[in-house]
Amino acid sequence: MDLSAISPVILIAGLISSATPILLAATGELVVERAGVLNLGVEGMMITGAVCGFIIAVNTGSPTTGFLMAAVGGAVLSLLFAFLTQVALANQVASGLALTLFGLGISALMGQSYVGIKPPQMPDVNFGPLTDIPIIGPILFNQDPIVYLGLVLVAVVWGVLNYTRAGLVLRAVGENHDAAHALGYKVKRIRTLAIMFGGACAGLGGAYLSLIRVPQWTEGMTAGVGWIALALVVFASWKPWRVLLGAYLFGGIDRLQLNLQGAGVAIPVEYLAMSPYIVTIIVLVILSADKSRAPGSLGRIFNASQ
Amino acid sequence: MSSSLLSLNGLTKAYPGVVANDDVSLEIGRGEIHALLGENGAGKSTLVKMIYGLVKPDSGAMTFNDTAFAPPDPRTARTSGVGMVFQHFSLFDALSVAENIALGMENAPKMGQLAARITEVSDAYGLPLAPDRIVGDLSAGERQRVEIIRCLLQDPKLLIMDEPTSVLTPQEVAILFETLNKLRSEGTAILYISHKLEEIRTLCDNATVLRLGKVVGTCVPAETSAKEMAEMMVGTALKTPQRTAGTPGNVVLELTGLSVPPASAFGMPLRDVSLTLSEGEILGIGGVAGNGQDELLAALSGETRVRAGMVHYLGSDIAGLGPNERRTLGLLTAPEERLGHAAAPDMSLTENAMLTGATREGLQNRGFLNWGKAKGFAERIIEAFDVRTPGPANAARSLSGGNLQKFVIGREVMQRPNILVVNQPTWGVDASAAAAIRQALLDLAEGGAALIVISQDLDELMEISDRFAALNEGRLTRPEPAAVLTVEAIGLMMGGAHGMEVAHV
Repeated sequence: MDLSAISPVILIAGLISSATPILLAATGELVVERAGVLNLGVEGMMITGAVCGFIIAVNTGSPTTGFLMAAVGGAVLSLLFAFLTQVALANQVASGLALTLFGLGISALMGQSYVGIKPPQMPDVNFGPLTDIPIIGPILFNQDPIVYLGLVLVAVVWGVLNYTRAGLVLRAVGENHDAAHALGYKVKRIRTLAIMFGGACAGLGGAYLSLIRVPQWTEGMTAGVGWIALALVVFASWKPWRVLLGAYLFGGIDRLQLNLQGAGVAIPVEYLAMSPYIVTIIVLVILSADKSRAPGSLGRIFNASQ
Repeated sequence: MSSSLLSLNGLTKAYPGVVANDDVSLEIGRGEIHALLGENGAGKSTLVKMIYGLVKPDSGAMTFNDTAFAPPDPRTARTSGVGMVFQHFSLFDALSVAENIALGMENAPKMGQLAARITEVSDAYGLPLAPDRIVGDLSAGERQRVEIIRCLLQDPKLLIMDEPTSVLTPQEVAILFETLNKLRSEGTAILYISHKLEEIRTLCDNATVLRLGKVVGTCVPAETSAKEMAEMMVGTALKTPQRTAGTPGNVVLELTGLSVPPASAFGMPLRDVSLTLSEGEILGIGGVAGNGQDELLAALSGETRVRAGMVHYLGSDIAGLGPNERRTLGLLTAPEERLGHAAAPDMSLTENAMLTGATREGLQNRGFLNWGKAKGFAERIIEAFDVRTPGPANAARSLSGGNLQKFVIGREVMQRPNILVVNQPTWGVDASAAAAIRQALLDLAEGGAALIVISQDLDELMEISDRFAALNEGRLTRPEPAAVLTVEAIGLMMGGAHGMEVAHV
């Protein structure tokens, strides 16, 4: 075995990119849950975004249009969930599971004739001479635009939730929907918008897999990333920067274990493969030991007449 | 310009099967404190919800400040100058005081400025409040201050208060009244809903009485006795509970150094609670909500397990026994929260009767349930406690709060307990039903049962208890004979006014 083959710089640059799909989906789900809605359909919205983005990118030749339509695709699918839970007042857990199953099915159908095709490539952002700075250059200034979008998204979500009135209202709706209604806020409208935002983010995350990470379309290619994103939101105590930390931790250890496998370390592959899950959960469980708790109305059905 | 600020003209609102308000008219002048009286279900809440824009009237008109007034939503009502302090606080536990206040304002200033204004207004009205505290950590009195200041920051012309004093200590009530009198002197009108008639007599200028959605009369509270007002509300003469003093018998329950750690971050521990309870005795336990009442009830019912030796029943240690085993022994409890704790909301009354009555009423046989007998038991409760419902097959949720309260108290009383622990037995129950419940508790004690009545209604506790103790921060004061206690002494037992000053006006 040869551990010297693992370069820390390439490892860190790689973990940032491999964490991006989880980061996007988890940030979207964080907003949804802070509004008091538990959408278990992240996996379904991700894979729908993956196939939508792939089809559009292949047909238009523009990865940017692909990503845009992936976000639209995820948001449209999430509207189905919004209809079930906000209008028909269906159970959120059952509706979310249904959304995942439905998303997996419809994406397989839509992507049938796209298996084995290579999508157009998205160029990395050109930072000019910054890219040549040793160590920092390859890590920070040699990534694709979606990586930066993910970072900006976390910062924006954090800022909006904590420092704007819109964020305050969203948190209030998630904390106590009856009180928010009594004060005259439109609980269902706010929740529907949050659900759509979550869908769009999940769609982007899915398209990142099919257009940049893999890049190819295969059925069921999200392979549980959506579920990891969901778990991450809970373990991150519904805090945006902790979601970022969790996503990078997961991405980093995932990268490391792949490299260790490649270097032929004498640990069974199965243990290496499960290590990212275990380490991420342990770290976030320790972090979440503080007083923070779930939004008060999370997962509860809001019915205005009561 | 007329002297009246708000006038309601023939307001009618019907829900399927019930007319909540039928042709209601009333006038409130500037700087007037106007009381709205009525039993549960008389339509008070619906009426104020229409004024606050939460419910739209079917017919009728409102005039506010000499202009026609029909708010489509609470925001419009707030911008017009109507503020409301809710009965069940409309606050967000996980947010700070300033954030909670900002949510109830139309044009909230920046957080820094808002914090400064909160401090300013709270000092001016003698309601001290730190803007950056998390609401989940506040006492009930402090939470109410958040709501009042939220309204005051918007310079309301009319303030609606729905049962504002039900969760306050006597000292806190005095502070609130100072604040309300100051507002009145500044020309703010107040629409005041309360079941506490003595308070209304000291505070309010005029009163309108509702019964079954109709206005049945008006009066000047200062010139009307509480009994007369209660009879206007009920429509019949009112019976006051009667009790014959008996001598307490043997000790049946003994708590020694009962301590329980808090169940959650916002919970309250029980600290070294000791008491003895004798046959035929009613021990009243007062205190502001959230000072350990729920925790004490849970420790007595067996929901919370406590260490061995802390709870003795007839001399034997029952600390290790669960709720069903304690029920079998004759120790019954009725918790405060009707929906979800005392009763399962979506189950029928028969099923709810089965839930606590199964063992003592013999409603089950080797694991098989005898539904016929359970239905009979439910019907007996409905009959004996005058629960107004179409029948025992109705879901608990469909009953009004007062009726369900009669059912859950009746269910325990009918099981002939040796010890009965009740928390807030008449919470949200109208005068006549409350009197009936208290009479049932007194009758039970007369029959030899021992009772612990936990309540925030001091008048109630003084009326029925033999001895009185107060919970404060999870500690229980030494029980004192109720007959000799003054209101001041009780207030001090309850922990005073929690470091508040009376408003300087």
